[in-house]
Amino acid sequence: MKKFIESQFDAQRHLFEKGGKLHWAWPLFEGQETFFLTPKHKTKHGAHVRDRMDMKRLMIFVLYALAPAIAIGWYNIGYQAFLAEGVAAPGLVDCILRGGLAMLPLIVTSYAAGGVAELLFCIVRKHEINEGFLVTAMLYPLTLPPSIPLWMAAIGIIFGVVIGKEVFGGVGMNILNPALTARAFVFFTYPAAISGAAVWDMGGKGFLSSGPVVDGYTGATPLLAASGGALKDGTASIDAVAILNSYGFAWSDMAFGFIPGSMGEVSAVAALLGAVFLVATGIASWRIMVGAAVGLVATAALFNGIGSDTVSMMSLPPHYHLVMGGFMFGAVFMATDPCSAAVTPIGRLIYGFFIGVMCALVRVVNPAYPEGMMLAILFMNVFAPLIDYFIVKQTTRRRAARMATA
Amino acid sequence: MSSPATEVKSDAPPLFVFDKKTRRIVTDPFSENNPITVQVLGICSALAVTTQMSTALVMASAVTAVVCGSNVVISLIRNWIPPQIRIVVQLSVIASLVIIVDQFLQAYLFDVSKQLSVFVGLIITNCILMGRAEAFAMANPPWQSFLDGLGNGLGYGIILVTISFFRELLGSGKLFGFKLVPAALYEAGYANMGLMVLAPGAFILLGLLIWAQRTYTGFVEET
Repeated sequence: MKKFIESQFDAQRHLFEKGGKLHWAWPLFEGQETFFLTPKHKTKHGAHVRDRMDMKRLMIFVLYALAPAIAIGWYNIGYQAFLAEGVAAPGLVDCILRGGLAMLPLIVTSYAAGGVAELLFCIVRKHEINEGFLVTAMLYPLTLPPSIPLWMAAIGIIFGVVIGKEVFGGVGMNILNPALTARAFVFFTYPAAISGAAVWDMGGKGFLSSGPVVDGYTGATPLLAASGGALKDGTASIDAVAILNSYGFAWSDMAFGFIPGSMGEVSAVAALLGAVFLVATGIASWRIMVGAAVGLVATAALFNGIGSDTVSMMSLPPHYHLVMGGFMFGAVFMATDPCSAAVTPIGRLIYGFFIGVMCALVRVVNPAYPEGMMLAILFMNVFAPLIDYFIVKQTTRRRAARMATA
Repeated sequence: MSSPATEVKSDAPPLFVFDKKTRRIVTDPFSENNPITVQVLGICSALAVTTQMSTALVMASAVTAVVCGSNVVISLIRNWIPPQIRIVVQLSVIASLVIIVDQFLQAYLFDVSKQLSVFVGLIITNCILMGRAEAFAMANPPWQSFLDGLGNGLGYGIILVTISFFRELLGSGKLFGFKLVPAALYEAGYANMGLMVLAPGAFILLGLLIWAQRTYTGFVEET
């Protein structure tokens, strides 16, 4: 099998190489080849440290790490849809079928639309397709609500690839996380399709719908409910936990991900599993994740201490913050993006810490946005180079002082 | 029919010339030396007034009128302006003209004037006006200064109208307040791009415009 594929590539190679008729499509050929086979080009001279962890494997590993989040999110889309329609105990197969109907088209759209944009740039700018796109195009649909129209998702990923990445010079040169740039674009461009209470489940929509949404079902995500300042029956309340209980959101449900929300972000446990895998394989920085968790917990605890007579989010305990919304998913998969995060060890702690702080700030203090993780990460992406700059300065100063005394 | 032998050479240049070099004064700011996309001046108003084409058009006309007027006035008195206080003199000329334009708009285009709100008054601080007065009108005769003002005002206007065209069409589905996107399309699921109504949308559009322009002209800043 391998021989056959190899011979096919070798037979076509002359067409795409320099001087060949189809040289303009070289990125396409090269991308396909590295997808199937180990790249042909070899290091010719000099001493090198070679690692098995090349770019391709690294990105594939991130996809492996995403598997639990995808699986639970997939099932949960169907589960939430049936729940909204009043089906008490939906079957596993039904949930999976229905989840797939919502999730797969979005993932395919993301890869197709983003892939075309990426390929066009590769051909015009004459660089090769970067494996990073595999991860970007998978992360982006996971942050979207399942009911978003496909064309909006397509415009978003094209924007993310072009403005978030390619205009800066491609992977490695981007300041912002491309997947989150894409999501932010959709968030501000089509707010009705990605915020509010009506978009987070497929209840009453799609082929496998078992009927209309039952009376009294709100569709609100836990964060939206908790920031609303009222129990489900409309009684005003500033106790966030009481509000969540009135909606039926138990802490364990939110941790495991059986709540309405963005497709892949609902499950904190799935994100944690991914985090263990990423840290064990040395791909993602544990410092960023720990920093973010500490920042969020500290800020949430501070708000608990301050308290409030009007803002219900002030009373939300830190361990609820951790499992709600996109925090866990963002901290594990988005904040650790090596291109847009800080790179110095201490810088990563600081960078992560302020992501957590910003996330809690937006959630609690800003009444317009129930969730703040996307904005927090994008905000700190911008500051990552500055953090690194000061850390490097500090280190050189300390070493210079040591040299002077020695 | 004139031949070089019959051409009369005089020391005083004619008042109204329109040769190739003078024409360049008008056409240069359209693209190669555009005040917004190349010199990156006047960005504030370019972002603020371009949500609708009508306001953008009125703003562009107002700036063109003021920059033409101020260039001519400053060019006329350029030899009497003491260098130490020239900025003050230029500013007072510009400010007087802006007040006239503002009053004119309030009198004849009250609705648009209300929408433009503070931004007509802020033409005073528009860097394009000061820039042209300082860089061109202070050193050139009135006719050339007028043409320079006209070119820069129109160059500014071209960008404003282009950006507002896309912002109004994509952000509100209208042009000049006239609904262009059919209702059937909205029913089919089409939605206006909310980002285009916000200032960042204008920023991104302006960036794309500069990108397109520089791809076409090949202009690259020296680093």
